[in-house]
Amino acid sequence: MIVNIGPSHPATHGTIQIVAELDGERVVRTDVHCGYLHRGFEKECESHTWHNLIPYVDRLNYCSALINNFAYCETVETLMGIEITPRCRYLRTLFSEYSRLADHLTCVAASLMELGAMTAFLYLVTIRDYIYEHLANATGARVTYSYGRIGGLANDLPAGWLERLAEILVQYEDFVGRVHGLMDRNRIYIDRMRNVGVLTAADAVNWGYTGPILRSTGVPRDLRKDTPYLAYSELDFEVPVGIKGDNYDRYFVRMREMDESVHMIHQLMNMLPEGPVSVDDRRCVLPDKQLVYTEIESLINHFKLVMDGPQVPAGDCYAAHESANGELGFYIVSDGSGTPWKVHVRAPSFVHMCGAHRMLDGYQLADIVPTFGSINMIGGECDR
Amino acid sequence: MNTALLESLRDALAGDGREASIAQGLVVVELAADALLATVGKLKAEHAFDLFLDVTAVDWPQREPRFDVVWHFYSTRDFVRVRLKTRVPADDPTVDSLIGLYGSAHFMERECHDMYGIKFRGNPDLRPILLYEGFEGHPLRKDYPKRLEQPLVPYRK
Repeated sequence: MIVNIGPSHPATHGTIQIVAELDGERVVRTDVHCGYLHRGFEKECESHTWHNLIPYVDRLNYCSALINNFAYCETVETLMGIEITPRCRYLRTLFSEYSRLADHLTCVAASLMELGAMTAFLYLVTIRDYIYEHLANATGARVTYSYGRIGGLANDLPAGWLERLAEILVQYEDFVGRVHGLMDRNRIYIDRMRNVGVLTAADAVNWGYTGPILRSTGVPRDLRKDTPYLAYSELDFEVPVGIKGDNYDRYFVRMREMDESVHMIHQLMNMLPEGPVSVDDRRCVLPDKQLVYTEIESLINHFKLVMDGPQVPAGDCYAAHESANGELGFYIVSDGSGTPWKVHVRAPSFVHMCGAHRMLDGYQLADIVPTFGSINMIGGECDR
Repeated sequence: MNTALLESLRDALAGDGREASIAQGLVVVELAADALLATVGKLKAEHAFDLFLDVTAVDWPQREPRFDVVWHFYSTRDFVRVRLKTRVPADDPTVDSLIGLYGSAHFMERECHDMYGIKFRGNPDLRPILLYEGFEGHPLRKDYPKRLEQPLVPYRK
């Protein structure tokens, strides 16, 4: 029998369709269809200035929009030959880890709720909501922040932000501790998760998996360790790996990664240097407002940056960050004018959908929901 | 960034009609379309490029041949990336498929076929993936108008 799961199903968050061929309750073969959220992101990018794309890249992985911002900005900065300021480097690292925390909280909370663990869900989204409010305080938005800028950040931290951060991290320990207590040794949970959706390490590499899913199979690959960018080379952290590559390992790898993120944020709070958050480079950063009002050069500069955008030298560049889901890469091509010739996103969710059948085939129909939840497919970046 | 490693890779990959260089911390190899499978086989077998990251195309309508097809690979042993680039003409935009070497090539080749109309010889499943059955044209080609819509169900007046 053939059963359509999705695209409009509460557990296929972000609209995806899984066509499952069943033998009784057992899934024999699945065909995953994506594209229901395709909105022509890459086409749209080709008719705006480089700066105008930042709100668009927010909407790729909308659970951790800041990581998209920073990965995109770094790709453009590499092509322009810009080195960001030390304060910006540490702040971007801090915000990346904070976003990863929010993203993993969302993923774990959603997949627990789908198994009926409503209490654990509420604990996790409570702490996520503290994070959203707190990020809104720094960036002005709850979900899609548009906080990165080519050459820096939109603004520095508001007063008292780090104090509130310390409070939230204490509350995080409390709430996540309760979830560990509820779930880790829960018989029902283990029965649904252990040995379900098993992925071998060789399969994971062959099907292009990166991020927590690859690490859950026991492969300790993490771009933050392997090709350190931003300030990661100065931080002390571990790369948690799983043993079996099943749903339970994916849950646990994410939980452990959140602890590592918190550990990194604690270090970064003490390392933050003083100084400007944006480079002093008139090719991409707006001049000081006071100067725009008083001298003609700055006025012209401001006008040119807003109307024509930063002029990126001709060439192409690929840069990747370890996003919450895996390798998020931007491949950009510039023809030297103010608008991108091409912006391509290597979105981890899209690649992960390609090999999803390796985790779904051979298990029960009811296992599709927890397994799909543990992949953390984000429609925004999968379908673009 | 391991410069010595990148240089040795560049030297190993140059020759046989391939041009290799180093740009922004990765090795860039420009090659003829028919040398693709042999080069990727060598990358995977001899240099441990086991992770296939990405394939996409770049459209240069004024240029002949018109398309660049671009692949990215990553080595989980050496932590380096390599980019392969080849040029294909508009009247026969065909390259070899990599699905025999990397499972992850399936969807990415389908996407590239959707968006640019690049044909991947040997990939039997090039159904639309981000677009839908019956969609005409290839939206990321520069001659596809951005505002052209092809609704499956006519809009209500």
